[in-house]
This record gives sequence, C-alpha cells and structure tokens, in this order.
Amino acid sequence: MSDLQSPAPSAGQVTEDAPTVATAAANAPSAAASTGRSLLPQSTLLRHLVLLLLGAVAAVVLLEITDPFTNSQLATLSYYAIAAGGLTVLTGMNGQISLGHGALMAVGAYTTALLLQEPADALPLPLILLISVVTTTAVGALVGVAAARLHGPYLAGATLALAVGLPGLAVYFHDQLGGEQGLRVRAPRAPESFESFIDLVSGASASSTKWLAYVGAICLLITYFLLANLVRSRIGRTWRAVRDQDVAAELAGINLGAWRVLAFVVSAAAAGLAGGVLALVVRLAAPSGFTLVLSLSLLTAIVIGGLGSLLGALLGSALLVFLPPFVTDLGTGSGLSSTEAAQLAPFVYGVVLIVAMIFAPAGFVGTIRMRWLTQKAKRSAGRAAPADSSRG
Amino acid sequence: MSYFVNVTLTGLTQGMIYAAFALALVLIWRSTRIVNFAQGSMAAATTFIALALVQAGWSYWLALVVALASGFVLGAIIERVIIRPVEGGNELNAVIVALGLFVALQAGIAIVFGSSFQSFPAPFGLEGFSVGDRRIALTPNGIYIIGAVIVTMLLLVALFRFTRVGLAMRASAFSQEVSRLLGVKVGGMLTLGWGLAAVVGSLAGLLIAGGGFVYPAYMDSLIVFGFVAAIIGGLDSPVGAIVGGLILGLALSYISGYAPRGSSLVTISALVILMVVLLVRPGGLFSSTTARRA
Amino acid sequence: MAEAHGATAVSATGGTATGTRLLEVEGLTSAYGPVRALDGVTLSAEAGRITAVLGANGAGKTTLLRTISGLVRPVAGRVLLDGKDITKAPVEAMVSKGMAHVPEGRGVIAELTVDENLRVGSLFRGKVAKSEFDRIYDLFPRIAERRNNHAHTLSGGERQMLVIGRALLAQPRILLLDEPSLGLAPRIVAQIFGLLRQLVDSEGLSVLLVEQNARSALSVADVGVVLNLGRVVVTDSASALMGDEDLRHAYLGF
Repeated sequence: MSDLQSPAPSAGQVTEDAPTVATAAANAPSAAASTGRSLLPQSTLLRHLVLLLLGAVAAVVLLEITDPFTNSQLATLSYYAIAAGGLTVLTGMNGQISLGHGALMAVGAYTTALLLQEPADALPLPLILLISVVTTTAVGALVGVAAARLHGPYLAGATLALAVGLPGLAVYFHDQLGGEQGLRVRAPRAPESFESFIDLVSGASASSTKWLAYVGAICLLITYFLLANLVRSRIGRTWRAVRDQDVAAELAGINLGAWRVLAFVVSAAAAGLAGGVLALVVRLAAPSGFTLVLSLSLLTAIVIGGLGSLLGALLGSALLVFLPPFVTDLGTGSGLSSTEAAQLAPFVYGVVLIVAMIFAPAGFVGTIRMRWLTQKAKRSAGRAAPADSSRG
Repeated sequence: MSYFVNVTLTGLTQGMIYAAFALALVLIWRSTRIVNFAQGSMAAATTFIALALVQAGWSYWLALVVALASGFVLGAIIERVIIRPVEGGNELNAVIVALGLFVALQAGIAIVFGSSFQSFPAPFGLEGFSVGDRRIALTPNGIYIIGAVIVTMLLLVALFRFTRVGLAMRASAFSQEVSRLLGVKVGGMLTLGWGLAAVVGSLAGLLIAGGGFVYPAYMDSLIVFGFVAAIIGGLDSPVGAIVGGLILGLALSYISGYAPRGSSLVTISALVILMVVLLVRPGGLFSSTTARRA
Repeated sequence: MAEAHGATAVSATGGTATGTRLLEVEGLTSAYGPVRALDGVTLSAEAGRITAVLGANGAGKTTLLRTISGLVRPVAGRVLLDGKDITKAPVEAMVSKGMAHVPEGRGVIAELTVDENLRVGSLFRGKVAKSEFDRIYDLFPRIAERRNNHAHTLSGGERQMLVIGRALLAQPRILLLDEPSLGLAPRIVAQIFGLLRQLVDSEGLSVLLVEQNARSALSVADVGVVLNLGRVVVTDSASALMGDEDLRHAYLGF
C-alpha cells in the first residue's frame, strides 16, 4: 500500500487506465449518456419521458403483431422484468444481494389474490395492485431493517432463509391462504375502453390474455420510468457511494443503514408489483410458484444483464422467458424426458451465473459498454498521448 | 413428560446433523471466506450416487464410503475449477458463483437421477427403543447418526490438532500470504479443505436421508438450517457450529412438537432465530471477532 | 561503526563465500495498474553481509521485497539467487531455495500459538529436530516463555522475534526483512539488529533489510541502497552513506 503513491508516467499508462475509467462509467450510465452526442433531450426527466413514450409505442406494436401465446410470454416477461428491475437497483446500485425476492413476490401475489376473491371487481385493479405494492413494501421494510446491518454472505444466507421459509406460511395459514394448492385468482375483466382501444389500433379481438399482457406492460413501463429517474437522482448517487465507498460515505455523514433500508424498500415495492402481475397472469398464487429457483432466476437475469443496468435487467428477464422453451425443446429433441428437459433451464441459469462471474463479471450490457468505452478511451488517448507524456 | 423427552431426543438427533452440515460450512468459510451455498446440492449429489449404488445391489456401507469419497473429489474439483478464480475477490461474486453452482447441481441431479421422490435406506432400525413399557424417540438409527457425527468430529479435531497437514491447513486458512511465504502450498490446502468439507456435508446429507425420501431439492431446508447453526456459532468457530447445530435442532424440535401445526413453521422459525441472533449478537455466540463490518 | 564485517566467515548453510553476489536483481519493474512502484531497479545482496534498502514511504521498498519473493509479478526484469533465475518461481518454492521473506507488519499467524507458528515455518523441511526449535527459543528467551500462547497475545517486539525465529528455522541463506523496526521501541530495535549482526557474522547469514528508519539500519548494515520513487538513487557502503550529509538530508530524512 505504502508504495502506491509514486507516479510513474509511461507510454503504457493511458491504455491501462481505460478499463478503470470504463468501469466507473459503466456504473454511472448517466455520465456516458449525457456527454455523448445524442438525439435525446439533455434533461434527465424529459429524456426518460421520451423513452417512456417510445417504450409504450413499442409495447403496443409488439403486442399487436404477435400471437396470443407470445402475448402471454410477454406478460410473463413483464413481471420478471419488474422484479429484476427492483433487484438490480438493490444489488447493482447498492451492492446488497437478496435471494428473498421470490418470497417478496409471493407477498404481492397473495395480496392481489386475496383482494380478487369474491366479491369480484369490488376494487379497481390499479388500487388492488397498489395495495399489493404497499403490503410488500411494508414486509420489505421489515426485512430491510434487519438486512441493512448485514452484507455479502450474511445477507445472502438470511434472505435465502426467507425464500425457503416464507412459502411455509401459506401452509400454516391453510384456511386463509389455501395451503399447498394456493389461491385461484379470477382475473378481472378488461374495461370497455380497452376493447375500443384495441379495435382502434388493430381491429383484433381484445382477449383477456391480451388485456393482462397490457396490464403487465403498463406496470413495467411505469416501474422502469420511476426506477430510472430514481437511479439518476441524488438518491441513486448516494446509493452508489454507499456501495463503493462505504467508509468515505459514512465519514461524509451519510447514514449507511438508512440508505440500505431505502434500497431494500424500493426493490421490495417492485417485487410486490411483480407478484401482483404474476398472480393475474398465472391466475394462481401457490407456494410452488415461489420456490428458491424463482429468486435465483431473478438473480441470473440481473447478473446476465450486468448488475445495476435496467436495460440489462430487461434483457436478462427476456432470457428467463424465451430460453426455457428453447433449451427444453433441445433436451426433448436429444432424448430427454419432458421432466428432465424442464430442468435444463435452471441448469443453464446456474452455469451462466458461474461463467458470467468468472469471465464477465460486468454482465452482458456491462461488458459491451466497457468494450465501447475502452475503444473510445483508446481513440482519445491516441490524440492526447503527446500532451499526457509531457505531464510527468 | 415423556413427550418432552421424546421431542428433546428428536431435537438432539436432528441437531447433530445440522451441526455436521454447519461444520462443513465453517470449514470452507475459514479457509476461503466463502459461504458455500452449494453445499446442499453437493451433498444431494453424493446421496443420489449412494442411492444408485444401493439400488444396484451394493451394501449400504460400501455405498456410503463411495459416496463420501465422491464428495471429496467433487469438493476438490469445484474448488480448483470454479471457486479458485473468484477466491479473494469481490464477495458478491463469490456468493453468486456458489448460488450458480447450487442451481446447476440441483438441476443436474434432476436430469441424471430424475426428480421424483425416492426412498433412501437406513442402516439401522427406525423403531424407538423401549424403556419400561414406553417407546422413546431414540432409535438405533438415531444412535448411528449421533455416533457418526461425533466420530467425524473427533477425526477432524485429530487432523487439525495433531498432524502436519492439519497445521498447514489451519495456517493457510488464517493467513494465506504468510503461509505461502513459509513454503506451505496454500492452493493444495484449500483444495483439501473443500474436499474435506464436502465429505462432512455429504455425511450430513446421507444421514438425514436415511429412512426418508430424497429428491433433488431435499437439502434446501438443510442448507438454511446449517447456515443458521453456523451463524449462531459465529461462522468462524467449529465448536460454535456444533453447539449452534444442537441449539437449533432443539429449538426447532420444540416448535414443531408444541406449536399448533408447528411443522409448517419450522423453516420460518429458523429465519426468526437467525434474525434475532444476527441483530442481538452479530458475531454469533462463539466468535472471537466482536462485530461484523456494518 | 559500519566497516566491513565478517570478512572471513563462510555461510554454514549456503556455502557461498562472503562477498559474492547471492541475490541479484536486474532491471526489476513492477506496476500496480498504471502506477509503477518499481522502475528498473538493479541491486545485489552479497553473501554474509547485511544490505539495507532505504527510502521514504512510497519509495518502492516493500514492493521490491514482494516482487523478489514472487508475491508481486514484475512487468520486466530478473531476480537471480546464486546465479539462478527465480523470477518466475512460485512463492511457495522460495523458502526451499534458501530465501525467507518476513513481511511487513510482523507476519505472525495470530490464531496459532507461538509454537505452532514456528512449526509452520519448518513444515516444508519435513521432520525437524527438536534441538532446532530449542535453539530458536535460546536465541529469543522471551518467546520461549510464551510458546503455548496465541500469537495475537504477543507484544510488537515479541512478534518480531517470533517471525525472525520462524524464518531462521527455514535455514535460509538470505533473509528478506521488511521494516522490522516499525513501531518498536529503540531498545528492542537495537536488540534485534544486534542479534542479526551476530547471526550474519557468526553463521554467515545474508540479510536484505528494508527500512525507513535509515539511521538504525545503516548502523548495522554493510551496504546501503537508496531508493526513491521506484528507482535506485545510490548504492554505497553504509559508512559512506552515513558520511554523505547531503544525501541523508535529501533522501533519508536525518
């Protein structure tokens, strides 16, 4: 340590610097985005509004040009992506890990399921989802307060216990929560305005599958819009400070615990919404839907996507939806029984987690971004080299 | 009264298994500062190997030996190939690698051995002994479990206290750099440590499987219990892991035996116990370090 | 004070005549990322002598020792022990080649007892006679009293004695010592340096000593090497360096 201070400028210095810069930039995407030549507005909020609008258009187009089966796959994608978005804020931005997000999704799902029992349509759907979010947030705050004092493996172990233990409560409260069978969910019917909207856009019939896919897409867009703004705000910067420089941040008067709890609460809220959407789409809230594998799948999604990147979380979630049918087909094609082939997807998740951590810890998006920034740094270093070497 | 005795005996027997599993976690934590979340899947893998051998007509004991040996090989290979690249790096990366291994192994077991429930033999009787005209919850198999764990622990103590390789392993665990400078082949010691830990973890898996059903995820709750037991003991202390295992075994047995519908509360109770220990005494009951980094 | 010592002594363990180059470092360059901690360092340590490497905090002294023993891999340059290239040899192999490195900050294994610490130091040699341990305890009676205590209970001076004793159990031809005086009372420093001198003179041990405490180091060393910002500024006999007031003011701070 004591020998680190000696400056020794050399020809190799500039290029060796690039990866460090790239990592820093990858962690603070706003910096890269706002300095680059971009067609998007300079203001963060305005830029995100434009992206929100583009996302909405893309969602409508995507849902209208695809068949009902793909519609339901996209609905599945939406709840994975909502939960993964929340988790990536927690793990990527704040450096906390949670294996309990599957359990938090269960809280949201059971809340939605309970509110949708008879009499049906007593509450408007947005309110039901909101209540699910609030309930899960409360549970998340409780967990977060405990988790804020833990880190790394301790937090992983505690949330692992949550993931394994919480579904047991559904069995314990058998009468209210339906035990192992779970609660059936009667999905609310689409409002008339939706039917006329679909009629206007594509003239197709407005099935309930389609309606639920739209609900998922709307929830996803709102969640990502809010998370994106949060991440770019002072709050997001403080989270990154807590993650990277916890000692310095504490000396600067930042209450580390409170910020960690806040990160947990925000990600729990997203998990709650994801759980609510899941209950609607799957039409069931049962313990078997919230196994440890669900939590680990979410972790896989954000690791593949590159920790801390919302776009990465979305892409990672897409993989969770579209990879299993692909590898399962591959498995049955090569002679595995269907139950065996169904295990290929989690097998691939596990292998991907290991390989990603060993070879590309920055994830898919992070690695590509890093390459790009390294290239850019090399180019500008080429120009700046003469000036740089004269410094020493 | 006899019910209380029975619940206590059940708790102690289960606690011994938790203790063994916690010990396996502690061995790895001490040497590589990694909580091996894949321990459960690794143990499940070796248990399925034993089951396959028993189904092929082998004796339980031969199958046990082969399973433990394959546990050693599995642990050693995993350390060399998968863990070595992330050792000493970002702790989050190591946790994620262990979790990836957890999922991959579990799915791999399901692909190779199928995911249905299969009964696993117990080497000794499962009927409780009779005391007077009463049957107590202590079974011949229970005594085998307790005995096997105690023998394993004594062997480990002997290894670490009285042998040169044990000393080298302890030195490597406490200070890798100094040990390397003193000529200790630290890499080899870490591999050996993972191998041994996997043997102990496999033993726990085989013991808990005896007389019951196994399926690829049957160790999921044991990884939680083992982790909780290890945390109660401070994660750093082998003695703490054993005491933690016994405490947890008893506590969960009382909850299961006395709370209404208690058996469905066991895992969540472990979570509550874990949180209480972590919040009240973050260093565990036996840790020499006073507090964890906040 | 610093005239050449032990001109006639021959190393008991190494068999290398005093004055020949035992350890040679050629153009050694080490970098932490873009920062070069060592920049083409060339120096040598002669058999049966104490060579002191001096310099301010951040001069590259610790990195020099860490690179020699393989804990840091150099970007360029070579390390030769007795004429053999050991630049790429694994860290674990250094001690069996006759080089013992006592790292900065005492380097005891705190969780082990004093006796266990010594035993770890002799593990690589296989079975070691009890008399060798007794000899170390004779050299350091203070740690002999505490042989069954955990090393974390030792004082700073006792820790330094333990790590030097442990290194000697390896029967090294050359001892690399990183800041042994750090945080110790002057009386203890004098005691430890006196003992080193004695071992060098009577048993032909060679020492490469890294020190920020230049005054003490030069009082015991035969040769001094001054390092600044990763480069060798000057190499001369210890007495000559002591006599060069300008140099002392500029680089050695006394």
